[in-house]
This record gives sequence, C-alpha cells and structure tokens, in this order.
Amino acid sequence: MAEPWEDDEVDGPVRKFMYVNRRAPYGTIYALESLEVVLIAAAFEQDVSLVFMDDGVYQIKKEQNTDAIGVKNFSPTYRALEGYDVEKLYVEKESLESRGLTTDDLIVPVQVVENDQLAELMEEQEVILSF
Amino acid sequence: MPMLHTVNKSPFERRTLDTALRHAVKGAAILLIEDGVYAAFDGTVVADKVKAALSDHKIYVLGPDVSARGMSEHHVIDGINVVDYGGFVDLVTEYDKVQSWL
Repeated sequence: MAEPWEDDEVDGPVRKFMYVNRRAPYGTIYALESLEVVLIAAAFEQDVSLVFMDDGVYQIKKEQNTDAIGVKNFSPTYRALEGYDVEKLYVEKESLESRGLTTDDLIVPVQVVENDQLAELMEEQEVILSF
Repeated sequence: MPMLHTVNKSPFERRTLDTALRHAVKGAAILLIEDGVYAAFDGTVVADKVKAALSDHKIYVLGPDVSARGMSEHHVIDGINVVDYGGFVDLVTEYDKVQSWL
C-alpha cells in the first residue's frame, strides 16, 4: 500500500493565487522576492496570476542592463514564467500610461486591464500576496 | 556653491522629490539616483514638474541607474544631464555639501 506521500492525490487542491507587484526593481528587494515566491507557487502547480501596477510595471520594462550597478538583472526570468504555466500577466492601464509606457516597452506579453477589471480579478482569487 | 541634493525614491511612490525641491535654494543642484531616476524621464505625469524645476536648478541623473531600469538617454528630459559614477564624485566635490533625501 502506498504511503500518503507517495500518493498522487496528495497534490492537494489547486488554488487561485494572485501576486500583486507594485514596486520598481532594484531600489528595493520586493520585486525579486516576489518573483522567487511566484516560481515556488508555480512549481506546486497552482493557478497563478501576476499583476503589475504602480511602479511594479517597471519590473517588466525591456532592455534592463544592470552591468554598471553590480546587481543581477532578473528581468529575463519573467520571460521564463510561461514555461512554468504562469501565463496570466495583467498590467494596470493607468499605471502604464502615467509612466509614459506602452505594452511595446514590456519584456513579456501582458493583458492590459482597467482599475475596475482588476478589482474583479482580485475578488476571484483565493490568495492574494502583495509585494 | 550651494548644496547638492540627492533623491533616491520614485516620484510615483514617495514625495521625496517634492520635499527636496521645496527645500532647495535657487542654484542648488538635484541628483537623481536609484529609484529617483524615474523622475528624469519624459512623458510621465511628473515630467512637467521636473521641467519646471530646471529653471531654478541643475538636475543630474545617474546613468548606471537609468540603464539598469531599461531606460536610456533618449528617455531623459532635455536639460537633465546624465552622469556616471565619476560624475557623481565630481558633483560631490563641486558643491559645498550634500543632502541625501532618503
């Protein structure tokens, strides 16, 4: 008889996780920490959504080059999320526009949403983690 | 020479730049570093305020922090000077003192 930990069914329920990213990269550790937690949740095959709003939209700005500041450029990792089935990436429209950015400036394909759509998406989640 | 004010917080998240500008005398310089560099880019909701400040202050932005954030000189507002680390040191020696707004 299989031990519980050998049972495929112990995978547990799939929950809807949303990660809300509101900080710029590099100035603080929030962006990198969020990305690491996202990858962990993805490894557990959860239903993961990412939101980039406020200064969080800068996390996925194209063409980041950190050579001169001596910090690892973690932005290419956002492109790898697709490989972990993390494909629900939302960007708040107002945050993008107030920073003079468009989706052409972003390193990954995203869905641009308005405030009220984002509020609805948040209501649909089971767990929300804010960084 | 008056003083050099450094600002390292995003103008979208904190009021640090406003505070620095409010306490900078005419002729004092502003150096934008770390997340403060986001104030230096054109096309944002804070760009007009920063352009207005250029009439009273020289404004500098640290190039390595600009590149790290995926931006380049062509995003920088006309009239703001991009400096490297050596330029940062030059500014510190050129002005009487430095106030670091954190």
